[in-house]
Amino acid sequence: MTRVAVVVFPGSNCEYDVMSAMAQLGASAELVFHSATTLGDVDGVILPGGFAHGDYLRPGAIARFSPVMTAVSDFAAAGGAVLGVCNGFQVLTEAGLLPGALQKNRGLTFLCQPTTLVVSSTRSVLTRAATPGQELVIPINHFSGAYTCDDETYASLVRHDQIVLRYRDNPNGSRDDIAAVSNEAGNVVGLMPHPERAMSTLLGSADGRVLLEGFLGLGVGAGAGRGGGVGAQ
Amino acid sequence: MGVSNPAPPSPTSLHRALGLSDDELDDIRKVLSREPNHLELALYAVMWSEHCSYKSSRLHLRRLPSKAAHVLVGPGEGAGVIDAGDGIGVAIRIESHNHPSAIEPYQGAATGVGGILRDVFSMGARPLAVMDPLFFGELDDARNRWLVEGVVSGISGYGNSVGVPTIGGELTFDQCYGANPLVNVLAVGALPTSRLALGVASGIGNYAVLLGSLTGRDGIGGVSVLASAGFSGEDGAASIDEAKRPSVQVGDPYEEKRLIEACLELLDHGYVVGIQDLGGAGLICATSETAAKGGVGMDVDVTAVPLRELGMQPFEVMTSESQERMLAIITPENLAAVNAVCDKWEVRATVVGHVVEPALMPDGSRVGLLRVREGFDGQVLGEVPASSLADEAPLYDRPRRRPRDLDAILADDPSDDEPVGDPHDDLAGLLVDTAWVSRQYDSQLFLNTVVGPGRDAALLRLAGPGLPPSRRGFAVSTDSNPRWCALDPRNATALTVAEGVANLACVGASAQAIVNCLNFGNPEHPEVMWQLSESIDGMAMACDALSLPVIGGNVSLYNESGGRDIDPTPVVGSLGVVASLVAPPPGWNWRAGDAVVLVGHREAAGGRAFPLGGSRWATRRGRRGGRLAEFDASRLRATFDFVTGEVAAVCAGEPSDLTAVHDVSGGGLAVALAEMAAATTLGVSVDELEGHGELFAEFPGRFVMATSDAGALVARAQAAGVPVSVLGVVGGTRLRLGTLVDLDVREMADQRASALERALRRD
Repeated sequence: MTRVAVVVFPGSNCEYDVMSAMAQLGASAELVFHSATTLGDVDGVILPGGFAHGDYLRPGAIARFSPVMTAVSDFAAAGGAVLGVCNGFQVLTEAGLLPGALQKNRGLTFLCQPTTLVVSSTRSVLTRAATPGQELVIPINHFSGAYTCDDETYASLVRHDQIVLRYRDNPNGSRDDIAAVSNEAGNVVGLMPHPERAMSTLLGSADGRVLLEGFLGLGVGAGAGRGGGVGAQ
Repeated sequence: MGVSNPAPPSPTSLHRALGLSDDELDDIRKVLSREPNHLELALYAVMWSEHCSYKSSRLHLRRLPSKAAHVLVGPGEGAGVIDAGDGIGVAIRIESHNHPSAIEPYQGAATGVGGILRDVFSMGARPLAVMDPLFFGELDDARNRWLVEGVVSGISGYGNSVGVPTIGGELTFDQCYGANPLVNVLAVGALPTSRLALGVASGIGNYAVLLGSLTGRDGIGGVSVLASAGFSGEDGAASIDEAKRPSVQVGDPYEEKRLIEACLELLDHGYVVGIQDLGGAGLICATSETAAKGGVGMDVDVTAVPLRELGMQPFEVMTSESQERMLAIITPENLAAVNAVCDKWEVRATVVGHVVEPALMPDGSRVGLLRVREGFDGQVLGEVPASSLADEAPLYDRPRRRPRDLDAILADDPSDDEPVGDPHDDLAGLLVDTAWVSRQYDSQLFLNTVVGPGRDAALLRLAGPGLPPSRRGFAVSTDSNPRWCALDPRNATALTVAEGVANLACVGASAQAIVNCLNFGNPEHPEVMWQLSESIDGMAMACDALSLPVIGGNVSLYNESGGRDIDPTPVVGSLGVVASLVAPPPGWNWRAGDAVVLVGHREAAGGRAFPLGGSRWATRRGRRGGRLAEFDASRLRATFDFVTGEVAAVCAGEPSDLTAVHDVSGGGLAVALAEMAAATTLGVSVDELEGHGELFAEFPGRFVMATSDAGALVARAQAAGVPVSVLGVVGGTRLRLGTLVDLDVREMADQRASALERALRRD
């Protein structure tokens, strides 16, 4: 069984939702508090959504200094699978584990609504079970979700196939409709939409399953994806 | 005597400045058998304020039914709690934050959310959902647009960040709220029934620990200066008293989030004997109420309270309404463990009180004294019976008078003589989608939201961290109709209760309990007291008839500006339970070819048409008079039970021909049909609807249902003794209602979707 650490900062609020999604997929997940210096014996790490440290200064700016982030960086450098959802994505960009930044939405309001995503790369740990061009209905829930980066970074993202998901109808002003990016190796991914909120048709959509299953290495053929620590052992 | 003594400083000026009347000062002298000092006067001023003591309304609130077998906690605690089954209790509470929001909309609304959440988690419940009924003046006024944007971003900014989904509410515009908007907030939480906590101090020698934020000068006199007096100016915007802004508190959702986690962890470990939030009237309210409930005394060391600013006076420390604070009663042995949990969540914890024996009085009785001291062994700065603050505020039976002009208003009935006019324009003007508001709220956190904002009622799974597993769901609706209440507050309030039950039925939930937020004008106006008393009688009548306990409430008076009272606005929050929630209810999404059926009576008792008095249609035409149809429980109950059963079967995953359901409410049948058409962009053609009365009259207890098998649904309704008629068949791109309305559905849907944003953006 796959073991996943779900990192809790003071102010995180989606940790129980991620735990519930992991349980639904048969993974064994544990909450790891931000003051921890080790992650334990895990196959993957998820930074959930919320408002780590109150989003003071700007989202993720303080969380990157939490003790646990050293362990997360080491884990990522060793090729472990790391996923940041929403605020977790913001933390990963602030920590330098992912390129670019998230700025305030184009309309300057918080947005909680369903979005249609288009899978643009399947070489990341998040999308390795999906198919290119596949459309997924997954909600967003953020104030600062407009992805931005400089031209050089953007060219590099394109060159290394790091744009993982795009919005079909850009809700927030993200550059090139980007909803998710990975690092060059594909083992660290951040996305603004919430796949854990799309796990059941009772709640409107089950399209998040294919992403989280991919992250856990479920339904993925041998050799699919790259650098994924999850499910590889 | 040749030399006159200088007059002693008159205490009258002080008590009046604090908001106490001369009679109230005399009452205090009687309680203490001496003159109160400045500190004691300040304590009585906040605790005996209208906001804290309900001194004008308590007499009437007693008439509301509050008991039922499934009620675990009724009115008087932080929140009411019902047993929802499967070992889970559901806590619910509603509050107003009207005056703070009129002055500082962002912080006023934000701290309203924070306060209601503390009420809920003080019961041991994890807050799972918030709803916000909001009432503003018309949007052609720039200040009202500023208020709407400020209030909505305050709720969004605080609620999203604190991590509790906001699942709906109401948005009402009427000129009567121009200078006095209403910002009500309802919260629901759930708890394993074993974790139920109460705000009671007990155990001599136990500690009272203050948890959370530093105490500052924010919100001093919030309950007395701000919440218990009207705005004094003569005209609209200018009448808002800017000088009252320092009485508005400032919220910090991050502090609250950590406070929630810390408190629930303390309760899970069983470290807490009793717990209460600090809201209106701050530390003096929490200490005196917990002591009074426990029949004990409490010593408070005013110098132990961690302060945000220098030089605060004892009365300021005791009455400050600084946000994000709780008071926990713990045993001394648990102090280290409590500190460890609080350290983890970076929550400040300070022992500020000791539970002490009740004092022996000269007459031999024992009285729990609230003593404010300078150090636990230091000088006593103030000493009053705790129960005199908490329970023995004056009780007023204020004069009541039916408004003299009411008969003339009732006689001006738009049902009689208002011309048909342009029903197209009427209908278009009544269609407003509130998604611009609700998409600013996180409505989905905790993976429970099956039906979110913008539908009849919100429906959520009854699940959350730490709760026993359950297939149940709970539904919540907030309802009000000030247009009705201005005409006939008794009948209108009864109909509002019925409207809540109807909304719950649309998502398959059977109503279990209600809470109320009674927003009225100045109780010193006899007409306002008459409205309040009538409204409470109407609520009691409906609750008795529908077997609904009232498990909590809030009264907000002095909603007036420039001498003009708001229309009476009792807001009803209804809580329902669905026994098995494994599939979503039908919602509004009818399908091409479905039959559209109207379930419920098509005319009022006696065969008369439902009247248009108090309808949105008539109000939009400037007609505010007329009569209402009578609340008639015997006619409503069968319809409610039928609809609830039909929808609950769908939620339980049973096969059903039912494809859509929506209740007829504000705007009448025309609006209900238009909203269903807009949701799907599929039209319907209804031949037999004639006359604007049938299109726009509002009366709860009627439902539009769509079905794939009209014969079967009609047969089931008839078997249940419920009136039913087939209106038409879904299909095409036009909404055609008799000869009066013929609209392109897609165009109408687009107009409806953008109406609110267009109204807010005009400048």
